[in-house]
Amino acid sequence: MQSSPVVSETDDVFAVGGKRFRSRLIVGTGKYKDFDETRRAIEASGAEMVTVAVRRVNITERNKENLLDYLDPRRFTILPNTAGCYTAEDAIRTAHLARGAGVGDLVKLEVIGDDKTLFPDVPATIEAAKRLVAEGFVVLPYINDDPIAAKRLEDIGCAAVMPLAAPIGSGLGIRNPYNIKIILEQSRVPVIVDAGVGTASDAAVAMELGCDAVLMNTAIAGAKDPILMAEAMRLGVEAGRKSFLAGRIARKLYATASSPLDGLIG
Amino acid sequence: MRVIVNGEPHELTDGLTVAGLISQLSLNGRRIAVEVNREILDRESYAACSLTDGDEIEIVHFVGGG
Repeated sequence: MQSSPVVSETDDVFAVGGKRFRSRLIVGTGKYKDFDETRRAIEASGAEMVTVAVRRVNITERNKENLLDYLDPRRFTILPNTAGCYTAEDAIRTAHLARGAGVGDLVKLEVIGDDKTLFPDVPATIEAAKRLVAEGFVVLPYINDDPIAAKRLEDIGCAAVMPLAAPIGSGLGIRNPYNIKIILEQSRVPVIVDAGVGTASDAAVAMELGCDAVLMNTAIAGAKDPILMAEAMRLGVEAGRKSFLAGRIARKLYATASSPLDGLIG
Repeated sequence: MRVIVNGEPHELTDGLTVAGLISQLSLNGRRIAVEVNREILDRESYAACSLTDGDEIEIVHFVGGG
């Protein structure tokens, strides 16, 4: 999408779906020990956009606290997901329910094909994306690292493409950086690596490739110290982004000395 | 009247509105979405929508997720 441009820090805004962010780290809110840990991890991550799932209210336990008691929707952009949907119809219905709850038109579209890998069902994702874009949603689709699928989704009008690094929760990091690079070269919408990140270097690698942002949940929530990992991820994303903007040296097979040859003693 | 709320049968007073149901369930002020017979309701319609016997209601909210 872009070669290493010279931009000042103040210019380096992450824009997606009509919104602007300073943070290029998007975090999920699932799998934490409790809401307090969720809140503290998100604080430490510096994330400004968080994903949430849409589920039935527990009618019998309705006096329980709610996630949004801990996350001010005025401070964070809430990105509802369609997690758990295995058909385009379910994903479309879930997206409408999310919009009905009044947090805006953004949706992270997930249509899952298989419950072991949680890989996306690509045809169903494309079908759901077409409908949702036509119905005014700002669609951020979770997709595999297939440049053809990414192109289709962009052409349909999705606001970004979100190729996975590796299966959700697997912590494997980017398995196919070459495909991600191809997606980056062809995309005119933001590319957000979503799923499979395990540690801070994975996030840095994604940013060094040129990705616009990284989305993760398990990598933080599942760490032994989620608050510390959230901070590590914030730094990893920042380091990776600065590396990318700084324009790294080329990879060479042989050495080039760093110290001068002139003035050697002897 | 008997309706289904989130997959479970409930006995409610005849003609109860969605707004009334939300109140009864202590969900006022909560960020929720409501679907009646697969149609999502605008919040403004809750008070005007009277439920009838056999209605299927889904009430959802946001929970932690990735």
